[in-house]
Amino acid sequence: MTSVPMTQSSAAERDASEGPFLRVEDLKVTFPTQDGPVTAVQGLSYSVEKGKTLGIVGESGSGKSVSSMAVMGLHDTKSAKISGSIRVDGTEVVGLGESQMRALRGNSMAMIFQDALAALHPFYKIGAQLSEAYLVHHSSASKRDARRKAIEMLDRVGIPQPDRRVDDFPHQFSGGMRQRAMIAMGLINDPSLLIADEPTTALDVTVQAQILDLLQDLQREFNSAVIIITHDLGVIAEMADDVLVMYAGRCVEYGTVKQILTTPEMPYTWGLLSSIPDVHASTDARLIPIPGNPPSLLRPPTGCSFHPRCVHSDKVPGDLCRTELPELLPASSGTAHLKRCHLADPVRVYETEVLPEIAPDLVEETR
Amino acid sequence: MTQDPNARSEIEPTEVGANAAETGERELHDDHDVTADHEVLHEGLDFATVAGMGHVASELDPDAPPVLTIDNLKMYFPVKSAGVVRRTIGHVQAVDGISFEVPKGGSLGLVGESGCGKSTTGRLITRLYKPTGGSMMFDGHDLAKLSSREMKPLRRDVQMIFQDPYTSLNPRHTVGTIVGAPLEVHNIVPKNQVLKRVQELLEVVGLNPEHYNRYPNEFSGGQRQRIGIARALTLNPKVLVADEPVSALDVSIQAQVVNLLQDIQNEFDVAFLFIAHDLAIVRHFCPEIAVMYLGKIVEIGDRETIYGRPHHPYTQALLSAVPDVKQAAIGGRRERIRLEGDVPSPINPPSGCRFRTRCQFAQEICAKVEPPLLQIGSRHKVACHFAGELGAHPATPVTTDLLGVDDQGTPVPGATPTNTQLTIPGYEKTWYDLTTKQTAGA
Amino acid sequence: MFAYVVKRLISGVLVVTLISMAIFLLFWYGPSSPAQPICDRESGNRCTPARLATYEKTLGYDNPVYEEYGKFVKGVFVGRTLTIASNDYECAAPCLGISFRTKAPVKEELVSRMPATFSIAVGGALLYLLFGVPIGVAAARRRGSLADKSLVSSFLFISSIPYYLFALLTWLYLTVTFEVPLFSNTGYFSPITEGPWKWFSGMFLAWVALGIFGCTQYTRYTRGAMVESLSEDYIRTAKAKGLPARTIIYKHGLRAALVPVVTIFGIDFGTLLAGTIFTERIFEIKGIGWWALEAVTGKDLPVVQATALFGAVALIISNLIVDVVYSVLDPRVRLS
Repeated sequence: MTSVPMTQSSAAERDASEGPFLRVEDLKVTFPTQDGPVTAVQGLSYSVEKGKTLGIVGESGSGKSVSSMAVMGLHDTKSAKISGSIRVDGTEVVGLGESQMRALRGNSMAMIFQDALAALHPFYKIGAQLSEAYLVHHSSASKRDARRKAIEMLDRVGIPQPDRRVDDFPHQFSGGMRQRAMIAMGLINDPSLLIADEPTTALDVTVQAQILDLLQDLQREFNSAVIIITHDLGVIAEMADDVLVMYAGRCVEYGTVKQILTTPEMPYTWGLLSSIPDVHASTDARLIPIPGNPPSLLRPPTGCSFHPRCVHSDKVPGDLCRTELPELLPASSGTAHLKRCHLADPVRVYETEVLPEIAPDLVEETR
Repeated sequence: MTQDPNARSEIEPTEVGANAAETGERELHDDHDVTADHEVLHEGLDFATVAGMGHVASELDPDAPPVLTIDNLKMYFPVKSAGVVRRTIGHVQAVDGISFEVPKGGSLGLVGESGCGKSTTGRLITRLYKPTGGSMMFDGHDLAKLSSREMKPLRRDVQMIFQDPYTSLNPRHTVGTIVGAPLEVHNIVPKNQVLKRVQELLEVVGLNPEHYNRYPNEFSGGQRQRIGIARALTLNPKVLVADEPVSALDVSIQAQVVNLLQDIQNEFDVAFLFIAHDLAIVRHFCPEIAVMYLGKIVEIGDRETIYGRPHHPYTQALLSAVPDVKQAAIGGRRERIRLEGDVPSPINPPSGCRFRTRCQFAQEICAKVEPPLLQIGSRHKVACHFAGELGAHPATPVTTDLLGVDDQGTPVPGATPTNTQLTIPGYEKTWYDLTTKQTAGA
Repeated sequence: MFAYVVKRLISGVLVVTLISMAIFLLFWYGPSSPAQPICDRESGNRCTPARLATYEKTLGYDNPVYEEYGKFVKGVFVGRTLTIASNDYECAAPCLGISFRTKAPVKEELVSRMPATFSIAVGGALLYLLFGVPIGVAAARRRGSLADKSLVSSFLFISSIPYYLFALLTWLYLTVTFEVPLFSNTGYFSPITEGPWKWFSGMFLAWVALGIFGCTQYTRYTRGAMVESLSEDYIRTAKAKGLPARTIIYKHGLRAALVPVVTIFGIDFGTLLAGTIFTERIFEIKGIGWWALEAVTGKDLPVVQATALFGAVALIISNLIVDVVYSVLDPRVRLS
């Protein structure tokens, strides 16, 4: 990257250099369906600073993609109802007009998607798709400039012989190269916010490692704020600074990656940790699934939406879990660590009950 | 004019933006009534009960006899030229001479990246393809040589569980029909007892036996995978080939299915060939693992060896690439072995060792001589000229004496290869010790 | 690409050969002797067995079928002389036979009929593509809205009316009942060389009927393909790049949606070229369809044979063109 193009938001950048680049407050997204409205996301708040990475974890239907698409303004405004506040670099984007939104999209914020084969247009050359992304935000640039920029970006993301591969079609690329091209396209306008939606899910582990390395290098280079959406806690552990755990459209736990993965305080997070085996764990570790299935958003459970699948609700007095939605409150390990659970003493439950089953080796170490 | 209004079926308008991100929710709408059942089933369970249902990693029974013996199995798919006359211009060497054993009631894991031939191997064993060469001994029969008709009675013993629970079940058949069909095809139980057997099976896989008359779309992904498992179990198979059985499922559901498969293995003494790219799941489920690269097995051994002391650079790279949850406690990222580039084309694989083009240890010999799959421990074989633990790869090839070549891989005149080891599917009592370069044994 | 076209051409020639054989055999082994119609016609319906035998002999129907097929093929390439009863008829290459009714070479008549049919086909197809595709795109963009629903259901209603009835009603209302001036000239095909206005006014009603009816179908095809393509991941990517809606819809959405529409169009257009029987009959335009109809009622076997063969060739050629267009639209086809 030799020249950093000036963007129209550079003035606003100076104003907002104090606060986080992205601040989401009390976000709610509702879709109408034939069976009635579905609230895919509600009461969601988070913020991401430049140079930091937020990991959002959750299963299908947890609202992790829906919330990020709301940030990008990708929902059809005619059907999706979005309320709350999303401030990108100080600009409120909820209710922002389509043309102003378009100036932001792909420019100061970009998104890369899972399954790059489907996300890239099969009929256009890689180079044409990259140039298009550049030209739409640089109206004065010539086609040749855009092509040069595309080759430069392909080179930056590690595509060999970029001046030749720029004229290939997506199906002529391997899976890893397609995802690289997708990243190049996302970063071509030097965005300050990059949202990566399951960027490595369909890839092999060695390719996944390459892509994650690349994302980290690029983040360091461009100092962008990154949101990485994934269901893979391993990816979270390696990439994220902060973690947001979502369940049934709500944030159920939030904290630094260390807090979430070593001292989690919400039974759903425990369940996620206990249901994935680890390549380095003791073979005496049990694989403990979360019973049941994710809930229907059409008829969400009363109280805490996780209660029908929660195996610790017997430790909460009365019918609290069933009747009352727990607040998102500070956890015991620190004020930045938030959890949504009625359990009185989650740390003790985790250490004495859960940990010995899922990581017996860790318990011995601490003793 | 074509006047058929059905020439192209109409697509129903979708309510929402119709994006991939929302498909998750649509699936959830499908199964809300089933979810309700589960809420009833699981409410009130406490942690101790659920933890008790979870399993620790499967253990190896070193004395179990093999139920399936694969020897030098090959599958070449022809590649046709473009143009007017379509000639065969080459072959995709999807599987190129692999040998292994699956122990009775045990599990062998097959790992590797896409295109390494692991799924093809599964399809060969279930005879969805007819192998190009090699043998697959099962119960005194060579599955590789049988005709489709001779294969039929054996099919009940070798069944398959597929990856995608959404497309592998016929949406127009009820669960009862799907699970019961093999019983009728093979004429095993009288017609009036089919339903009873179906309900038994549904109960085994943790579904409500009363749901036999429902259709697949009424179930969630995890439940559909259970239906697929019930169908595979219908005929009491001796070998189950599970091709990525959990990779399409949500994280919390994956563990449910893995536990179910472990239950089934313990209860029915079924042997598993477990094909997956998720190294952690394979480690949990399989006491023995074979690592494949570009159609060949590069390393095979028991779990402790493969995950703890891998000797092949590819296995080491693969393991180092797996993201590690525990990393969070330490912070930052682990050093990992970076593999550059992509897997070469299986139509024209590299000469000698197929991994050499991406291997940091590769030398001249690797291009000239293919490394044999050498047994170097009681249950450990590796195919590498520079086999060694991570950080302790030898500077000179370990295979020169065995192959009768010098360090550059040129045949030494007069030298006789001392490799007395034939690559047999199982393990020998004696093996080649890498440090002494002598035959050693237990 | 080139090899692909050559391959398709070779297989096309093969198919035409097979079809010509099939048609030949069909008449040869028909319920009555192939010479029966001409014998009836020439002898004023007093065709005696002896006369029939004469016709059979001069027309070669007493020879083995492969020999006569060989002569037919030879005639296509170098021409031949045909004998009916005692008269010889010269038939230059490409010879498709001599009409039993007019005694003129079939090919000449075919060529003279072509402009009328081609005018109908091209004009009608142009109309329905010009309206059907954009309306389909607009409907897909507003899918689920009241406008979309009412459009789709009314178009479904129109396209479920049998075409001949629809065309008949169009003619009835526009010319007979309301006497719309623009349509009054219908039914007199005059080639475009004799003045474009005359040609245009003669064709106009046929185009409108064909255009409206085809438009309802193409709107639905396009809408369906468009709804599908707009729900693809790459559309979401295009939106995330910040592209304007117009670019997303037309450049990214429509390009992909056109592939299935082009496929259907290829078959449709081939069928149109082979003769728009209903259109020609109802609007009294004497094109290939009309001619084929006359030939069937008049048992003019060589003409029936020629029109059937022509239809097959038209369909094969338009399919070939579709395949080429297809590979231009979709690089995955071109490059695999």
